[in-house]
Amino acid sequence: MKYAFFPGCVSRGGCPELYPAALKVCERLGIELDEMVDASCTGAGVLQEKNKKLGDTLNARTMAIAERMGYDTIMVICSTCQGVMSRAKYTLDNDDTYRAEINALLAEEELVYTGNVQPKHLLWVLIEDVGLDKIREQVQQPLSGVKLAPFYGCYIVRPSDSLGFDENPERQTSLETLIELVGAETIDFAGKTRCCGFPILTINEKASVNMVANHTGDAKDLGADAMVTPCPLCHLNLDGYQPAAAKQRGKSISLPILHFPQMMGLAMGMSAKELGLQRHVIDTKPVQKKVGQV
Amino acid sequence: MQVKLAVKRFDPEREQDQSYVQDYTLDVPDHYTVLDALIQTREEVDESLAVRCSCRASICGSCAMRVNGHAGLGCKTKLLDSMDKDGVVQVEPMGNQPVVKDLVVDMSVFWNKIRAVKPYLQPEGPEPEREYVASNDSMLKLLQTMGCIMCGACVSDCTVLEVNENFLGPAALAKAYRFVGDPRDGATNQRFGELDEPGGMWDCTRCFECVEACPKGVAPMDQIMNLREEAAAAGFTSTIGARHAEIFADTVKHSGWLDELQLAVKTPGMFNIGAQLHNMPVGIRAFLRGKLPPIVHKAIPSVRFVRRIFEKIEED
Ligand code: SF4
Ligand code: SF4
Ligand code: FES
Repeated sequence: MKYAFFPGCVSRGGCPELYPAALKVCERLGIELDEMVDASCTGAGVLQEKNKKLGDTLNARTMAIAERMGYDTIMVICSTCQGVMSRAKYTLDNDDTYRAEINALLAEEELVYTGNVQPKHLLWVLIEDVGLDKIREQVQQPLSGVKLAPFYGCYIVRPSDSLGFDENPERQTSLETLIELVGAETIDFAGKTRCCGFPILTINEKASVNMVANHTGDAKDLGADAMVTPCPLCHLNLDGYQPAAAKQRGKSISLPILHFPQMMGLAMGMSAKELGLQRHVIDTKPVQKKVGQV
Repeated sequence: MQVKLAVKRFDPEREQDQSYVQDYTLDVPDHYTVLDALIQTREEVDESLAVRCSCRASICGSCAMRVNGHAGLGCKTKLLDSMDKDGVVQVEPMGNQPVVKDLVVDMSVFWNKIRAVKPYLQPEGPEPEREYVASNDSMLKLLQTMGCIMCGACVSDCTVLEVNENFLGPAALAKAYRFVGDPRDGATNQRFGELDEPGGMWDCTRCFECVEACPKGVAPMDQIMNLREEAAAAGFTSTIGARHAEIFADTVKHSGWLDELQLAVKTPGMFNIGAQLHNMPVGIRAFLRGKLPPIVHKAIPSVRFVRRIFEKIEED
């Protein structure tokens, strides 16, 4: 099992704990990764505000590079990378004229976008390619008694037509599936597929922080020990701005936010330290204690 | 087939003004929509159930409601696609708008926002002898936004409206693009100026909820992105949102990937001391945890090709 690997900017930038955690989990499960050192940022939806075509071209380029490297799948570890790349793919695959225009822009680098490459989040790779049984074999430290609230991030759930939900309906409950598989309990709550507020952080901090307060506060009220997300941008907001959210809400929240590979790693018996749990803004010790590590 | 509708009800005349869920179990034909089942309920089981509808064919926009938590048209949503394994369908009124009774909401919130974007043509110059003419081609890009039937589903599910009622919201912004993009309209700059204000086009968090909810393929968020792109191209670049997109693009052009440090420092403005101080606690907390992006930001090996793509598209 080998993939072209697109780590994205944030897993090496604002959330440097994510990259090594994801790598360790992949290694344990025998997923080989060929990192795409030459790929650019997906644009994260921001570049697309300025110029959609620019975003589509950069993503076409990334998929074309993967094809040249001999792969049909790019593994990503960020909901936003997944969604933005999937949307670009959807647009390109459904518009021949546009695809030809974009290919003309890639010609100088001798790249061709064919549509044969698909982006696939580690979350989906685990369920669809590795398989639940094989993961179960690696669960050495079941997270029993731990209550986890899933938080997907917009781009891995919407728009549904570009995310392959028709062929793979299990993607829509993938986080819950893995939470249960590692022996933890799912805290279901209305906010799990809503927006974390990160994209409007610089524009309207109050509204953005209000979203953080609602989601983390609701999950906490329902008894969650931690929240789990496959999106590092959500992590930046839900973790980094939780102190501001608690202030806005007028009561403490203190809900640790785990990157989803960290949850997998903990269940596989890796130490909190090697998974970078000490690098979060919200103290993760209460969860570490719950899984018997402190 | 048998279906159980779990309807969220609200009666303003009830003693305690809390909403409650009432279940109705019915026998219905397989092809029934959620609206068909609600009408049958009202006609045969409970005439007090309030539901708004007219065309029953996805044309009039009267019957928007939430089915299993997501907004859409009751008359376009098949029961068969909505029942869970026990045959239950959850029906609620739309969100972000006050409930009048049961599934009927007060849409004045919606209409006020639509009115706020001046949803009519404001042509410039002397009146032509006959009609104002626009070429077919120039109107093609507006077909999507012209498909809006004013149902309110997008507004119901908008995540920003939940925390900021001043936001113009998806339907009104999509409508704004319908006029900004119309070659006969002469008020484009004035419109951009107004849309640039707080609560306008930059307040959307790009969550795709409206794209998912819209029953007519309007994709309001895409229209908001069109507004942003065209406003920036017309020189409306002073808002934080526009600057953020600009600096983001610059760092990607420069190195191939995002330089978060540059983005964080430059977006509010290097010399905007107030904003820099305000952001400091977050930065310091991140720093103390070893969570800051690398100070040295290395370009990808083939960055020149990325730059070429930027140049070629910018030339256009
Ligand atoms: S994409 Fe923007 S307008 Fe649409 S629902 Fe989300 S925040 Fe609202
Ligand atoms: S944009 Fe779509 S969802 Fe929104 S009011 Fe118009 S038709 Fe309804
Ligand atoms: S009743 Fe007219 S759109 Fe549903």
